[in-house]
Amino acid sequence: MIRDITIGQYYPADSILHRLDPRVKLLGTFLFIISLFLFKSFFGYIVVFIFFASAIGLSKVPLRFILRGMKAVLVLFIFTVFFNLFFLPGEEIFRWGIIRITDNGLYKALFMGIRLSFLILGSSLMTFTTTPNQLTDGLEKALKPLNYIKVPVHEIAMMMSIALRFIPILMEETDKIMKAQMARGADFETGGLLKRAKSLIPLLVPLFVSAFRRANDLAMAMEARCYRGGTGRTKMKPLCYKGRDYAAYTIIAIYLGLIIGTKLLERAGLLFYL
Amino acid sequence: MEMIKAKDLSFEYIRRDEEGNVESINKAIDNINLEIEKGDFIAILGANGSGKSTFAKHINAILYPTEGSLWVNGMNTAEEKNLWDIRQTAGMVFQNPDNQIIATVVEEDVGFGPENLGIETKEIWRRVEESLKAVGMLQMRHMSPNKLSGGQKQRVAIAGIMAMRPECIILDEPTAMLDPNGRREVISTIYELNKKEKVTVVLITHHMDEVIYADKVYVMEKGHVVMEGTPREIFSRVDEIKKYRLDVPQVTDLAYELRKSGLDLPEGILTVGELVKALEEARRKL
Amino acid sequence: MQIIFDKVNYIYGKGTAFERHALKDISFCINKGEFIGLIGHTGSGKSTLIQHMNGLIKASSGSIYFNGEDIYAQGYNMKQLRSKVGLVFQYPEHQLFETTVFKDVVFGPLNLGLDKLEAELRAYEALRMVGISDDLLDASPFELSGGQKRRVAIAGVLAMKPEVLILDEPTAGLDPRGRDDILDQVTKLHEEAGMTIILVTHSMEDVACYCDRLFVMNNGELVFQNPTKEVFAHYKELEEMHLAAPQVTYVMNMLKEKGWNVSCDATTVEEARDEIIRALGSMH
Repeated sequence: MIRDITIGQYYPADSILHRLDPRVKLLGTFLFIISLFLFKSFFGYIVVFIFFASAIGLSKVPLRFILRGMKAVLVLFIFTVFFNLFFLPGEEIFRWGIIRITDNGLYKALFMGIRLSFLILGSSLMTFTTTPNQLTDGLEKALKPLNYIKVPVHEIAMMMSIALRFIPILMEETDKIMKAQMARGADFETGGLLKRAKSLIPLLVPLFVSAFRRANDLAMAMEARCYRGGTGRTKMKPLCYKGRDYAAYTIIAIYLGLIIGTKLLERAGLLFYL
Repeated sequence: MEMIKAKDLSFEYIRRDEEGNVESINKAIDNINLEIEKGDFIAILGANGSGKSTFAKHINAILYPTEGSLWVNGMNTAEEKNLWDIRQTAGMVFQNPDNQIIATVVEEDVGFGPENLGIETKEIWRRVEESLKAVGMLQMRHMSPNKLSGGQKQRVAIAGIMAMRPECIILDEPTAMLDPNGRREVISTIYELNKKEKVTVVLITHHMDEVIYADKVYVMEKGHVVMEGTPREIFSRVDEIKKYRLDVPQVTDLAYELRKSGLDLPEGILTVGELVKALEEARRKL
Repeated sequence: MQIIFDKVNYIYGKGTAFERHALKDISFCINKGEFIGLIGHTGSGKSTLIQHMNGLIKASSGSIYFNGEDIYAQGYNMKQLRSKVGLVFQYPEHQLFETTVFKDVVFGPLNLGLDKLEAELRAYEALRMVGISDDLLDASPFELSGGQKRRVAIAGVLAMKPEVLILDEPTAGLDPRGRDDILDQVTKLHEEAGMTIILVTHSMEDVACYCDRLFVMNNGELVFQNPTKEVFAHYKELEEMHLAAPQVTYVMNMLKEKGWNVSCDATTVEEARDEIIRALGSMH
């Protein structure tokens, strides 16, 4: 099951999207997500779709792989659509027993479904094309101004990148401890909620102990390699903009213009029935 | 000048109970005096709890002596202004390969140390390349550390230290968690670095077969240095070694048993080849 | 025959990019009371193999029998199997979680549904078996030394009263004395309690000292399942699998090449010493 989760995974390929500066991708993704919540009409989503589809095309990540990311959040997805569909008040358009669907519900469910899938697919496209390290580097540099209001940007970025390195290790460890306790007759699968929660103790305690031990070891290893925070540190792979990054910024600006335009048209009531 | 010098070095662990009262005082290191010459390959042997790792952490200024002093390349580890110079001069490799790799890409991990030292980008790239080459991991520079074997991970960790251009490397049981192939990889890498790059090496281990080519061996027990000498001198005292909860390579043990049975063999045989040669000579003499 | 594997295959991550044939047509029998050594380089399939023995991993094809019963038969009691085939993982001390040593060891027997008294009795017995003294019963397992922790963890499995005990590199990371302590305890369990032992290890010296039969895994295949001495006679093949024989095997073989009248059977220091002395005497 864990293997199905493709969100946050990097897909190695050599595409223009992969080579873009992470800051460009961060800004692009950020604007893209905001644009998702702007529209009340379907026409707006056509613009969004065209932009997103061309990004996927450029990324060289197979569509199948991108769609698999949806699998992990399928429950959340169905849940949201389900609640919108059946529980919103409005004019009834369908009734079967206690199940009733309203026009408002159908409308909201459709919109939520579209928004949610674009949201998930859009942010996973960023992680598919950006290594975790580039991502944290990008965040660190993009958020650097926050340093002036005493936000420890470097430290946060470092923590993120360490977390990313240790997630697979801790997952493997979870699997191992689980099996070791099962070999001692532990049962993680049956029983009521309370019993199941209790049965997690033999798994969680060793996991925490191990995480702390690793953190301790790692801190020592980092200090031994002269780590002393962000000041005075240089970068092996410093970020600097290239021609393609400026081009990408231009495209993002055009996209921004387009959606603002669409929104204005929508406001004016010209697109409402589309 | 010697690379490392310890004078009357002692270290106490103080255990306190919940109220903060002293429960017990444990002397992890007890009055150690030693000098390690530049360019030497030194091995420190000892059972678990003998104080060997505690000693190693002193060299890297992770721990400070409670009594006595330790100098690394002439710098006193107790003085705070020396801290970063000491850590750059004497790099340290730890036991668990997973818990000392910081980055998610091999080459970026090797660059971590130089980045911390504030080296300029071009120079970092040069050092990363050289260090990865020195440990034979250059082809894997773009890989994720999670995809490497234990021995390969340790070699990356060693490269990460080498990229800081240290004069001395301390390795705290670098092979304890590895399989025999990984152990061989790591140990031969260390010997090569010592020979080619002239780095002083302090290898801490309880695997006897790893130290037979060292220049000098120290055996620790309960915080004391109880034996010191060349591997041959140490391994000719099989009974004493076993007393310190250690053992000797199987051939050394066999040679020792044969001597006890009255055969005329030289002391301190360390390899299969040596034993066979000695036996051939013994046969000729008969 | 206690454990039978019949053409067991295991394919890992079927249908994904990670697909790997981890076990290939494995067939063997293990008799009650045997002491088996299992060797093979990292990634050869050893760990996968032992996890099949107590049902933690289900084979992709083939059958496994324990005491004559098919463990994949409908309604077979897996929990029972796991208590009969005790598996001690590598670095077992990482699974300790309770507040006291005793509580941790009693975890297994309580899971079996035994009443409290019986469970505690077993825990007590198991701790004695691994040489943990009574004054440590109420200590926190996290305060013990490395070797002690490991013995407590092994006791946690022994308290289930297994008939077969599988140990995955039980001496990894221990110093020589700690290693000998653990292996001596295991030998005692084998000799006194008649337990079947399967020891996964990288140390050929240990294997030579303790094991009757040697299983050698290579790339998911079971290459050898013969008496230890026979396997070491194939030391050149072992080297091709990135394994080796004990050092004394090399000494004996080199002596033989040089025309000594020695048998190359010797794998332990004592055997080799006696054989060399005998050979020297006969050459007189």
